[in-house]
Amino acid sequence: MTEMGRWRDIDKLLARPGNIISPGFEPSPQLREEIGGLVRVLVVGAGGLGCELLKDLALSGFKNIDVIDMDTIEVSNLNRQFLFRIHDVGKSKAEVAAKRVMERVSGVNITPHFCRIEDKDIEFYSDFNIIVLGLDSIEARSYINSVACSFLEYDPDDNPVPETIKPMVDGGTEGFKGHARVIVPGTTPCFECNIWLFPPQVKFPLCTLAETPRTAAHCIEYAHLIKWDEVHNGKTFDPDDPEHMQWVYSEALKRAELFGITGVTYSLTQGVVKNIIPAIASTNAIVSAACALEALKLVSGCSRTLSNYLTYNGLEGTHIKVTDFIRDKDCLVCGPGTLIELDSSVTLLQFMELLGKHPQLRLSKPSITHRGNNLYMQAPPVLEEMTRSNLQLPLFDLIDKVPKDTVHVSGTTEKNDKRTTCLRKLRVVFKDQVNGVTSMDTAGAN
Amino acid sequence: MAAESKTKYDRQLRIWGEQGQTALEKASICLLNCGPTGSEALKNLVLGGIGSITVIDGSKVEMHDLGNNFMLDEKSLGQSKAKCVCAFLQELNDAVKAKFVEESPETLIESTPSFFSQFTLVIATQLLENSLLKLDKICRQANVMLVVARSYGLTGLVRISLKEHTVVESKPDHFLDDLRLHCPWPELKEFANNIDLNVKDPVVHKHTPYIVILIRLAEKWAQAHGGCLPSTRQEKKEFKDEIKAHMLNLDEENYKEAIEASFKVSAARGISSQLRQVINDSAAEVELTSSDFWVMVAALKEFVENEGDGEPPLEGSIPDMTSLTEYYVSLQKIYQAKAESDCLAVEQRVRTILKRVGRDHCAISKATIRNFCKNARKLTVRRYRCIEDEFKSPILPELQKYLADEDSSVAVGFYILLRAVDRFAANYNRFPGAFDGEIDEDVTRLKTIAIGILSDSGFHGPTLSEDLINEMCRFGAAEVHAVAAFVGGVASQEVIKLTTKQFVPLAGTFIFNGIDHKSQVLAL
Ligand SMILES: [Zn+2]
Repeated sequence: MTEMGRWRDIDKLLARPGNIISPGFEPSPQLREEIGGLVRVLVVGAGGLGCELLKDLALSGFKNIDVIDMDTIEVSNLNRQFLFRIHDVGKSKAEVAAKRVMERVSGVNITPHFCRIEDKDIEFYSDFNIIVLGLDSIEARSYINSVACSFLEYDPDDNPVPETIKPMVDGGTEGFKGHARVIVPGTTPCFECNIWLFPPQVKFPLCTLAETPRTAAHCIEYAHLIKWDEVHNGKTFDPDDPEHMQWVYSEALKRAELFGITGVTYSLTQGVVKNIIPAIASTNAIVSAACALEALKLVSGCSRTLSNYLTYNGLEGTHIKVTDFIRDKDCLVCGPGTLIELDSSVTLLQFMELLGKHPQLRLSKPSITHRGNNLYMQAPPVLEEMTRSNLQLPLFDLIDKVPKDTVHVSGTTEKNDKRTTCLRKLRVVFKDQVNGVTSMDTAGAN
Repeated sequence: MAAESKTKYDRQLRIWGEQGQTALEKASICLLNCGPTGSEALKNLVLGGIGSITVIDGSKVEMHDLGNNFMLDEKSLGQSKAKCVCAFLQELNDAVKAKFVEESPETLIESTPSFFSQFTLVIATQLLENSLLKLDKICRQANVMLVVARSYGLTGLVRISLKEHTVVESKPDHFLDDLRLHCPWPELKEFANNIDLNVKDPVVHKHTPYIVILIRLAEKWAQAHGGCLPSTRQEKKEFKDEIKAHMLNLDEENYKEAIEASFKVSAARGISSQLRQVINDSAAEVELTSSDFWVMVAALKEFVENEGDGEPPLEGSIPDMTSLTEYYVSLQKIYQAKAESDCLAVEQRVRTILKRVGRDHCAISKATIRNFCKNARKLTVRRYRCIEDEFKSPILPELQKYLADEDSSVAVGFYILLRAVDRFAANYNRFPGAFDGEIDEDVTRLKTIAIGILSDSGFHGPTLSEDLINEMCRFGAAEVHAVAAFVGGVASQEVIKLTTKQFVPLAGTFIFNGIDHKSQVLAL
């Protein structure tokens, strides 16, 4: 009874029938308990958005929450990451955030993971019903997106199989602006479907830095990217080492003076070198709240879902816009998978070489799994050794002689001159085994 | 500023600078009702280092508070809510002075209106119509800014109320730079004329800044076109072709930039209609009691009509562009020098005006005037109607437009219903949908009240959607945490804009739509 009293407010939404709701909403006084007991949610990132998300989700009826973040707490986090105190500096964000929320909201269980998102195997992610992203990096978003989409299976009519859909809610902020979006793989666009929303950061041409600097930022990047290597043979620049930063700053100042350029400050030097994105508490609170509310709607159906991309701009007034983006039917990530036609004699090693040359994939250092079994793993060394003998075997044999099936490949690919980790879903078809059978007939084996 | 504060606030100093931070640290904020909406709004301000907070709430912590307010836990049960929330907020930032008063806001508004005059700004959350209208008058009288925030089920609102808010540093997102390519002054023209566009050295050719290219080619164009610059679509295209014809090869970045920026030579002369409105405002006819802002606007007006020859003072900065360093630095200096001389002219006018209205002629610092001139094109003035006036006589054509428009019909529906639930509460001493058993009756009652509000406003047309009225009763005045965090977040962001006097605050009533997130600002 006291638990019911405690959740009086949210239960109005969950226990009462409504007129504007999502299909499948079954209001009942037990719905909150069911969500709490059955739903597992993963929060990716325990920073500005992550702290807010953990609080918001814990107070929205979610009881089984995991949080993953590789970062440790810094002083510059304290203007917005409200779960951290000055004496927490240096500790794991995920661990401190989980502890603080559990201390205040009884009955909630939060499991922290102090590691990189790539350190977890794919199976880890498959355990969650919903993934909420509070990240500031495009690469990390792209990776989690590809993982969540990799679970998606399509039926013979190319419709997504409901049990395999892993919805995501993604938030992002920069200063007074932010976005929140709902990704239902196979139905709404995934992160990769409209990757153009996140244009890569423009870099200064090296010749500008070396020959015709004009701005303070040019002088700073000259010191950081050119002069550092000239002077410190082989020593890597560490942006977190204050002495290194100080060196870049003083070199940038010298260069600015030489060319009559003004505006080099220590703060700007840090901003340019570390690519610092300005961040404030209010925007993070707004975007996270929208994400948490959407997470609650996705699991309960208690109201309509955001369809599908919200932008917030607080610079002039309070401007909110919702855009209904459309899925890219040919998306490599959330589509049915890239089709690869092979001969049944092709060995795993030959298959891997083929992936490197594939014009759309260009995957190097691939690790390959089939229905949760490791066919070949690049790392750790123990696994590599265990799976090495598979390299010489035909892929067809390794996947139990099924003429058509899906395999997952993780590796690295080149994007905007940067190597990034990625995960791809491939539909492998053995031409010599499916002769006479139309490709659709056996797609159910996916 | 201390080194530790600088590091702690680094990510926000990059947005509002040390000046903005100082303004925040001077502000004293009063919060009425510390449910989740108010607590979350204050949390965001405390983290950012607001000067002081005073939390007013007369209630004790109950079980249901633990389900939606992060600042309260089991240990707080039975204690003063204001005290517990205040203690948690203090923990977030010891630089903030945090106080609380265990008293109901309604009582305080009735008994001690003078209490509110000590604050910079009051955030009133979950306050009912009756008390809100009284508070609005008290705050206006005392020149205290008021921000109203309300969370209600899946909806809510944020509204600012004050007489006038003027912004110099409005920092808009995209704003056309001030290059004067359509009317270069003599020094700029001379600099451009001394550069050979057809220089043989290919390195110099591809490092001739586009400012120079455009000034030269615009002049050439004007000579061939009876003094006119390209204005029609066809002419603009021909002008681009003209630029292209000067390229040695298609990789020359500076020429690509020139083509992209070629529209700037066709910019309209004179000041924008927004700025015209500011300088023609009756407040620009200054007197002894006029604020510094309006004194400077009066000087700006004189400048535009005299030295400026129709133009505002030059901003003085130029964007980065492909260029030899020396060309670029020289251009920077030419723009800065013109900005400085424009600023000097404005300054002299400010001094004269100050003397004329009977103030010390040095009352406004040179740095303030310089900052004003730099931002002259972006000045913004916001005035807000008294809430009672808006409630009694909303702008009818706007109301009709919102009600008729599919995109805003939900928002305006919530706007009316948020007022209707307060009247409901005044009539029945509880909110609609408070009890599971009476929801159907409440729907009918609420509908009657909502129609009454519309017809009191002079609107007699199609009524609100039944679905929306049903939803409003289903909400039963619930303060859902995620909604409260959103609404409180928006409120705190407006408080930051108002106290730092940077960026542009909300113009009307922000209506949160938690159903499909098509939230809107209604100007009524
Ligand atoms: Zn996709």
